[in-house]
Order: sequence, then C-alpha cells, then structure tokens
Amino acid sequence: MLLFKILLRNAFHNKLRSFLTILGIAVAILAFGLLRTVISSFYAGVEAASASRLVTRNAISIIFPLPISYAEKIRQVEGVKMVSWGNWFGGIYINEKNFFPNFCVDPLTYFALYPEFILDETQKKEFLIDRKGAVAGRKLAAKYGWKIGDSIVLKGTIFPGQWDFVLRGIYRGRDRTVDETQFFFNWSYLNEAVKRLAPGFANQVGFYMVGVTHPDLAADTAVRIDRLFKNSLAETLTETEKAFNLGFIAMSQAIVTAIQMVSFVIILIIMAVVANTMAMTTRERTGDYAIMKTLGFGAKDISILIFGEALVLTMTGCLIGMVLTFPAARLFAAQLSTYFPVFLVSNSTLCLDVAAAFLMAFLAAVIPTYDALRIRIADGLRRIG
Amino acid sequence: MAGTKKTIVEIKHLNKSYRRESLVVPVLHDITFDIEEGEFLALMGPSGSGKTTLLNLIAGIDKADSGTIRIGDVDITNLSETELAAWRANSVGFIFQFYNLIPVLKAVENVELPLHLTMLSKKQRIKHAEMALSMVGLGHRMDHYPGEMSGGEQQRVAIARAIVTDPTLLVADEPTGDLDRASAEDILSMMERLNREMGKTIIMVTHDPRAASRAHILRHLDKGYLNDVAFQNPA
Repeated sequence: MLLFKILLRNAFHNKLRSFLTILGIAVAILAFGLLRTVISSFYAGVEAASASRLVTRNAISIIFPLPISYAEKIRQVEGVKMVSWGNWFGGIYINEKNFFPNFCVDPLTYFALYPEFILDETQKKEFLIDRKGAVAGRKLAAKYGWKIGDSIVLKGTIFPGQWDFVLRGIYRGRDRTVDETQFFFNWSYLNEAVKRLAPGFANQVGFYMVGVTHPDLAADTAVRIDRLFKNSLAETLTETEKAFNLGFIAMSQAIVTAIQMVSFVIILIIMAVVANTMAMTTRERTGDYAIMKTLGFGAKDISILIFGEALVLTMTGCLIGMVLTFPAARLFAAQLSTYFPVFLVSNSTLCLDVAAAFLMAFLAAVIPTYDALRIRIADGLRRIG
Repeated sequence: MAGTKKTIVEIKHLNKSYRRESLVVPVLHDITFDIEEGEFLALMGPSGSGKTTLLNLIAGIDKADSGTIRIGDVDITNLSETELAAWRANSVGFIFQFYNLIPVLKAVENVELPLHLTMLSKKQRIKHAEMALSMVGLGHRMDHYPGEMSGGEQQRVAIARAIVTDPTLLVADEPTGDLDRASAEDILSMMERLNREMGKTIIMVTHDPRAASRAHILRHLDKGYLNDVAFQNPA
C-alpha cells in the first residue's frame, strides 16, 4: 500500500507538469474517441442492417434501374417473405446545403420490412391514403421545424421539377442506432409523374428490399433471385443488406483509412509526450529509487512505482478524455447530423481509449524503468545532493 | 573487555577498481581489517581515497573485485543481488549526508518504509516507526513531510529509519556534512547514544575531525590503502 501511496503522490508531485501531461492525454483521447466514433458512424448502417433482409439491384450498377414487374417474380422465390422497393430521389430542400437522404418507397411494404422505423398507426394510415404524403425521421423534422400536415417542397435533381409533399408522419428509431434523418414518400407519386413526363422511364425501381423467412436462408435466396433474372435485359445482383451497405463504405474506404491512421498518429504523438514526462520524472527520482534499492526493495517494486506512475497519469487523462467525448460527440452530431445521422460513442471506442491509455503507460515507462533498474545503487546515491 | 568482544565485520584482501571505458582506476588495494561488535569506527581520508567505496562494499551496495567481506556469519561477497537486497534490509541501517528521505512520504511513512519488507502488520509497522521517531526526539513531527523539516530534523528521521529494523550494523556516510554545527553535534550525540546504549556497531565516513573524535577507532584511507589505527578511544 505504501508503494501505491508513493506512486500516487509522485504522479502529482510536480503539479504543473502533471496537469499539462494529463491535459495532453485528455485532449488526445478526446480526439481519438471522436475520430473512432466518426469511423463507427460510417459503419452504423452496416451494424444496423438486418440479417433477414436482402437488397436486389441491377447487376451492372446501382444507378441502373430494374423493372417493377420483377416484384411479383421475386415474391414467388422460395425463402422470400416480403418484397418492397424504392428509388433514391435526391431532392433538395430549399438549397443544396440542406442535404438529407430522401427515397420514394412502396409505403405498404416498406415500413413492414423495417420494424425499426416506428410510425404511429394513425400516421401510417394517413401516409398510405395520401399519394403526396411523406414521412420524415424525428431528427430531420426537428431540424427544419416540420409538423404533421406541413407542406414540404423538394427540388428534384434526378427527376427535375418542384415536388410537393404533405408531411403525414414522423417516425422514430427503435433504438439509438437507427437513422432518424431520412425522408420517405410514395413511389406511385413519382411513377405517375414520370409516366407523364418521360414514359420510357416509368415503372422502374432503383432497388428491391427483400425480406427472407429466415436469416439462414438469405444466401440461398439471393442466389435463387439472381438465377431467375439471368440472361434477362436487367440482370440482378442480390446481397444481404449488410454487404450492400459495406459496398457503399468501400467507396469511401480511403477516407476511413485516413481517419484511422490519424487517430493512431494522435496516440503515437501523445505517447512520445508521456514518455518524455516519465523520462524526466524518473531521472529526477534516481536518488529515491537508489535509496529504495539500498533499503532492500527489488526490481519489481521499482517497476511498480514507475509503471504505476505512468498508469496513473495516462488513466487520469484517459478518464477525463472519455468523459469529455460524450458532450463533444453530442455537439458534433448536432452540427453534422446530415452526414453522420448515427453518431454514438460505442463501447468498443471506450475500450480502445482504455487500451490506448494502457499502451501509452506501458511504452512510456519501459525505457525509464530499464534505466532505473540498470543504474548501480552507488551511482544513484551519488546523484543526490 | 576487548578480548571478549566478537568480530562482526571481517574484511580480507579487498580490492576494488572502477572502469571508465578502457581505463581501469584502482580504488582500494588489499584492504584487510576487522571490526568488533559494538564498535564505533570512523573512516577518514582525502577525497578520492576510497572511503565511501569501502563503506558501500561493507554495506553490500557495491561489489568488490576480489577479497571477502564477512558480516556476522554471512560472506556477503558470495551473495546474489536479490540475496544481498534481503540481507541489507535485515542487517544494515543507512545514514547519508543528504538524508535521502522520500520527499512524498511523511516522516512516519519514511521510517515505516523499510518495515514493508518484513512480516510485520500495518499496526505493528506504524507502532515501530512511531517508537523510532520518538527515540530521536521527533514524536511531534510524525506527519510532517521532509520539505517541512530542518536539515537536522531530516537527519534524525533518517537515523530513525536506519534503526527501525534493529540492524546489526549502522553505516553513515558524512552524516554531518550538510548540517550546521549545533545540528551536527546533536546527530553525533545521537549516534554515540545508539552505540553506547543500544550496542549498535557503527561505521562512519567523515571529513570532519570533530565528528571522527566521537568514534572509538579512527582509520585513515589514503589512495586506496588503509593506514594503521590513528587513535583508539575507550568504548
């Protein structure tokens, strides 16, 4: 216990140096935590994906559509429980700064396939009967101050023109990992307009969402669907929702990798700072360690003192950094909810914070400990005075 | 009386040199002498004569090149580092010129420190430490940190730490070198009392002839050679 008392008091003996070191560690852990959360938010869609949902798209590319007639054929494939469909609409609200994901979907099946989007039954009925009806996520509605019954106009980019909607429902997520910034409207509304304006592009969908009877059947079902449309004009590629979402992340893999590297570089830099602090403190305490060795304390005791002191500093900084990460992440999420709809500090990020603090302490203390153990008692005592 | 005393330190043909890169600097040459139990020996000599090195070898904090040092029944030249550390913890009390207290520990905690290597309970450790501090007249300064005490008081805490484990041998390296005259006298009187009343064997390195005059035996070292006994006060 006395060793613990010594290392604790040693850690805070030079108050300014300890404060600055802990501050540096806290800021580094905060930055590390936020960057790891950015990476996690990239994968939020993957994490939230259901194992019993498949996505069927055009085999050439997601930008090529599929005929609506495929819906009935897919529904009859063995293992398929439900089929829904939709299109990426890409509309702009007022101006381009107000980006949010907006899709036209089949309202009857889409919300049945996505139980994680919780919509009030009355609102759902209103949405189903109003061809111009739309449903927005809770965060999105709050951001623009929309209320049920409000009229919303989106400017089409893929489908030109002004598109009028009436907000009929506001969904909320089943849990915090569900994206509440999306906007859905009726696919039929879009299709009828396309029939009028460009009949050649009517009756087409961007993707099918397919619910399977059991997650174990997902792979076989995907093969059966794709086999069904082999050698057709629009061959399909069916994959699990998770794989589909991962495909999108792969497009931004370079950015994710860069963020990952920066997060580790931050830890490396602060590790060097902590190592410097530990080298200074150990050098100052050479005499103390020499006297302890003189009194009969061994290498294990001296190692505990140095590693313990490093651990106290890094863990204190780590705890402060971890605590600060939560309000910082909330602030971050509020400012960038459009780009990072799910921005949550995960348990794995917190575990990585703690692991980084342990690693920092260990690596920062290795050389000072080696030096302290190697020095002869007589030489250590000579440094006092 | 002298004939009945037991030899506690037996040094034979001790040699020690330091290596500075390729250069070998001899420090001690063929040192042979005995110290009897309950003796108070002063070692004097000019700087670089090897007196601190000799003290370190006797105290087991440095290793000789050749020769033997027997303390009681133990030949410490044959002990490993770990065995030597355990032996030091049980058998030697150290008093240094600059006190060498741990600055982040209170007086009582500094004195308690060596007892952590014993089997004593926490309660017993504190009791022993408080007793040792009371013996050196610092019963009222137990909760003070070294930085809050004068040099003389810090040296008294160091003496309390040196005697708290009841060691066979007390080694003191310039114990009054950093003190004013009054404090130095006080510390020397305390050491004399430890020798006389508790029968502690003391080996003291000093530059100060006044300090050396308190010892029973004075030996001079010069360029690594031990001279004959300079004087012998009655114990």
